[in-house]
Amino acid sequence: MNKAVSEPAADMSAHQEMTGAEIVVQALKDNGVENIFGYPGGAVLPIYDELFQQEEVRHILVRHEQGAGHAAEGYARATGKAGVMLVTSGPGATNAVTPLQDALMDSIPLVCISGQVPTALIGSDAFQECDTVGITRPCTKHNWLVKDVNQLASIIHEAFHVATTGRPGPVVVDIPKDIQFAKGTYTPPQTAPRTSYHPQEQGDINQIKAAIELMAHAKKPVIYSGGGVVNAGPEASHLLRELVELTGFPITSTLMGLGAYPASGDNWLGMLGMHGTYEANMAMHDCDVMLCIGARFDDRITGRLDAFSPNSRKIHIDIDPSSINKNVRVDVPIIGDAGRILEDLVRLWRATTKADRSALKPWWTQIDIWRARDSLAYRPNDDVIMPQYAIQRLYELTRDRDVYVTTEVGQHQMWAAQHFGFEAPNRWMTSGGLGTMGYGLPAALGVQIAHPDALVVDIAGDASVQMTIQEMSAAVQHNAPIKIFILNNQYMGMVRQWQQLLHGNRLSHSYTEAMPDFVKLAEAYGCHGIMCDKPAALDDAIREMIEVNKPVIFDCRVAALANCFPMIPSGKAHNEMLLPDEASDDVVANAIDEKGRQLV
Amino acid sequence: MNAQLQPTGSAYFITKETEAAETHTLAILVDNEPGVLARVIGLFSGRGYNIDSLTVSETEHERHLSRITIVTRGTGHVLEQIKHQLERIVPVHRVVDLSVVADERGHDRPMERELALVKVRGEGDNRVEALRLADAFRAQVIDANTEHFIFEITGRVSKIEQFIAIMKPLGLVEVCRTGVAAMNRGPDGM
Repeated sequence: MNKAVSEPAADMSAHQEMTGAEIVVQALKDNGVENIFGYPGGAVLPIYDELFQQEEVRHILVRHEQGAGHAAEGYARATGKAGVMLVTSGPGATNAVTPLQDALMDSIPLVCISGQVPTALIGSDAFQECDTVGITRPCTKHNWLVKDVNQLASIIHEAFHVATTGRPGPVVVDIPKDIQFAKGTYTPPQTAPRTSYHPQEQGDINQIKAAIELMAHAKKPVIYSGGGVVNAGPEASHLLRELVELTGFPITSTLMGLGAYPASGDNWLGMLGMHGTYEANMAMHDCDVMLCIGARFDDRITGRLDAFSPNSRKIHIDIDPSSINKNVRVDVPIIGDAGRILEDLVRLWRATTKADRSALKPWWTQIDIWRARDSLAYRPNDDVIMPQYAIQRLYELTRDRDVYVTTEVGQHQMWAAQHFGFEAPNRWMTSGGLGTMGYGLPAALGVQIAHPDALVVDIAGDASVQMTIQEMSAAVQHNAPIKIFILNNQYMGMVRQWQQLLHGNRLSHSYTEAMPDFVKLAEAYGCHGIMCDKPAALDDAIREMIEVNKPVIFDCRVAALANCFPMIPSGKAHNEMLLPDEASDDVVANAIDEKGRQLV
Repeated sequence: MNAQLQPTGSAYFITKETEAAETHTLAILVDNEPGVLARVIGLFSGRGYNIDSLTVSETEHERHLSRITIVTRGTGHVLEQIKHQLERIVPVHRVVDLSVVADERGHDRPMERELALVKVRGEGDNRVEALRLADAFRAQVIDANTEHFIFEITGRVSKIEQFIAIMKPLGLVEVCRTGVAAMNRGPDGM
């Protein structure tokens, strides 16, 4: 991770007497924080009072603490810096739990500062008290309850260090109100953090050589990259591209890793996994050497584990030793930072390996046959907007712009991953591991705060977007012209798709009656509202959305019953995909048998 | 490719565990700070691992280090995960699977001892018998009057289990056990 630490104003702040609240703000400045997302309340008022009296740290007021967390996550993913959220005690802290777990599962550096009731009242069931460190212990990388104002500065510095180094993740610093008032000594960011925390960044050179050896003799190799490459910084993505160029290997990526290798690249197979492309999943299944970089063999990626890539030797690069052999046994594990190890791989490959591209020719021929299957195809329609078409048009009409895309969770998210081409890392923010509906809108706000002049689009679903729609008000307040592009099919589409697959097409509570009028809703918030339900009018409507210099809610009415394919149905292997042209109603209804239904 | 041909599992594919579970003893060196034990045991409950026995105390006062000894059960794969997951906890310095180390050094298992306090109440023959057996087990009498004894017994888990079982018909009242303390044989530290 990039760690942006500004030079502490040594003489001004070093070892100076301050109140706890002053220490918090000074520590934020010294850790390079420019923007924080938060919501005030009784137990953080002293910190808010300090924020009021300075201008270096900008505070973005959200409408719900969950929004603050996702906005900070979006900010973090778009900048490579830690995202910071500030919440009060009790409900403020409990509302932060969802983004904390989200950041934990997607390895996002997120620093949450929470207020707590005064030390003397802890444990007395005081007003707005909750056991914040207890509640957030399993959903953070680490957390702290500050009991001594003299330790406050070093704890905040350590919190930033832990959040941004190694496998990045969320941290919580819980600060009782009396500590915020108390006077103590400020210490600048320390150079020697605690001895028990020392993530391994450099890979073992012998293991890297073993990897090169396997790769050099591969006949059917595939690179499977993930969010770890994005987290390792822009240089890692650059090195990944160089490695692909040097080796001529095909490359696929997880949902979290999109953009590290450009979608326009020759060797790109598309995303893999449950809704990945046919060529990506078939290549994973049939390969003889798999190079996994910064991904974790998640169950949405592997499909049926006992049939996962049965004939390959597997190389796994990960900074977290617990990811190794967790779900899939690998042959060459390499623990360390993806960027550092990619650097070694590129260097050693150049030094030792004679490029013999012809050996890979039969493999590429096979891949081309799979590609020709055109697994993302869908039936176009002149009367109704197909959701895939909407994404494609959005992509085409924004290609020449500085564009960032966030999503909610569901069918629209998978269609966005399949049909929007990402050319650079840090341009795609989505909730992968936790699958948090309501992530995309506040995440877009966070991205827009980081990049005020960029085009930031939340590709949303009509159900997800209503979970955090209140943050439109925050977007208006902070002049963040985010574009909420809703693929409105009036269903929880992915829920319905699974009900069709698993539950005899009984669509239990997955249809949203009484859908709001999104155009009027936009106007009520002081945004711009657009509704479009005709394919022929779509391009103009998208252009209007881009041109309007304020937040937009775009109600894109799409085919209500479209489903997301290709798909690896429940409990199938990579080579048992359900392709769109095979997915008749009958096949969908029978794709999973009685036994499988009970298991889900 | 044809979705109807294959028998099916689930999106959450659950593979049957075929490997046999083993019992291992872990030594975990941690910073002695508030919440550290909760982090360790929360990991076990959160990820569905077993705890058979747990012992903890500060062992290095100057550096504020505590040593936690956990006896756990799992397949080789699960035990490896437990070790790695523990190592992720920020205040954890080291995790050593003492059973693995013992095995590498050619020993059957680590040195493991437990202490128990056993209260027995009785009269007449039972009382004489309890005292005689306690002597055979090298248990100390640490409190007594005409109606009861409290025995202090140290040893392997099996010995303590056996002692408690024998005391049961002789008037066993209550038992308190420390859990297992363990280290490996030989001159080397953990």
